Amino acid sequence: MTARPTPAQTAGPFLSLGLDWALGPCVVDPAVAGAIRIGGTVFDGRGDPVADGLLETWQADGDGRFAEPEERRAGGFRGFGRCLTDADGRWGIVTVKPSPLPASGGGVEAPHLDVALFARGLLDHLVTRIYFADEEAANESDPVLRSLPDGRARATLVAEAADGGYRFDIHLQGPDETLFFRL
Amino acid sequence: MSVNDEAPEAQECHPPYAWPEYGSTTWRAPQRPLAVLPRNLTEVSGPRLGADRVGKGDDDLTRQHAGEPLGQRIVVHGRVLDGAGRPVPDTLVEVWQANAAGRYRHAGDERDSAPLDPNFSGAGRTLTDADGRYRFVTIKPGAYPWANHANAWRPAHIHFSVFGRAFSERLVTQMYFPDDPLFTYDPIFGSVPEAARPRLVARFDLDATEPAWALGFRWDIVLGGRRPTPLERPAP
Repeated sequence: MTARPTPAQTAGPFLSLGLDWALGPCVVDPAVAGAIRIGGTVFDGRGDPVADGLLETWQADGDGRFAEPEERRAGGFRGFGRCLTDADGRWGIVTVKPSPLPASGGGVEAPHLDVALFARGLLDHLVTRIYFADEEAANESDPVLRSLPDGRARATLVAEAADGGYRFDIHLQGPDETLFFRL
Repeated sequence: MSVNDEAPEAQECHPPYAWPEYGSTTWRAPQRPLAVLPRNLTEVSGPRLGADRVGKGDDDLTRQHAGEPLGQRIVVHGRVLDGAGRPVPDTLVEVWQANAAGRYRHAGDERDSAPLDPNFSGAGRTLTDADGRYRFVTIKPGAYPWANHANAWRPAHIHFSVFGRAFSERLVTQMYFPDDPLFTYDPIFGSVPEAARPRLVARFDLDATEPAWALGFRWDIVLGGRRPTPLERPAP
């Protein structure tokens, strides 16, 4: 046995067989006070919707806590969301806005969700982050956003207010290509 | 092996996003450089998905219906380890696969060339035990044709999804079977640097074989080693 990492492989077109599950999009019970919807559309380089993908989200709650292993009571905060894209490439989760978090290098991270995107044609999953347009001051001082090369890239990570929630589209390629991270 | 020793291995480990031989990457692989995401609280924590996501019998894909599925019954087992070789206990492992004829029970798999099996759904879940061990009973999936290029066939494989302890450890991959002649022709298997390809292949495990009942295969999964260099190959 060695500790050499196992390589990633694409989740393929049939990922829903193994990765779909009940209430995946509910990071919190939708009836909980402060519940918001975050959703959008995933587009490929031709502008076509990605209809066979899956998003996973991970985040702190409004008090900066991450879900504990057994914390799955009714309305309990799960921290984790999982949503297939539909035939029009759309996805959506119900959650609460996370709090700011201390950053390891000093400073404070603005409220954000981490996102993993899986799909046919992605040999490894893609990682990005969702920030919030109405957190302008926090975003200004966020060390990750500040580290990005340009305003265009930063703007792709910011969800806009829409329909009582937030809209976050993902563009895999093109002029609006979303900024993706390596971990 | 120390953490420092494994760093060069990690660089050679994961496939690039842009891989022209795999046609679906053409319009889906990002074309701009990736940015570095430091490992802060959100990245070093992760969902601890537990017993309420795993039902009794979810680890035995041969007993999910009234009858037994057709095909070669197999045991697939191994350990989930972190980059330092330590076991990862209580982590969710999910699998999905084609049936023995090479057909997925999925609306998108519309081929008439291979039949569905009424006794096989092809999906399972389990949690690793205190030593990081997992074990599934299933049937060996068939190879299947796909439209990537002329006369293209995927080598037999089982899709695996593993969470680990942190968002940064998340891994979705595929397990292959020893000595598959289709390896040479498969652009998905071939997207992994050659030195790392053997890590995707289970080994036959006589000790895991159940006499007169099922063959055994062992496959260990090591988490970590996310891509340290952005987009190794230019997009097409």
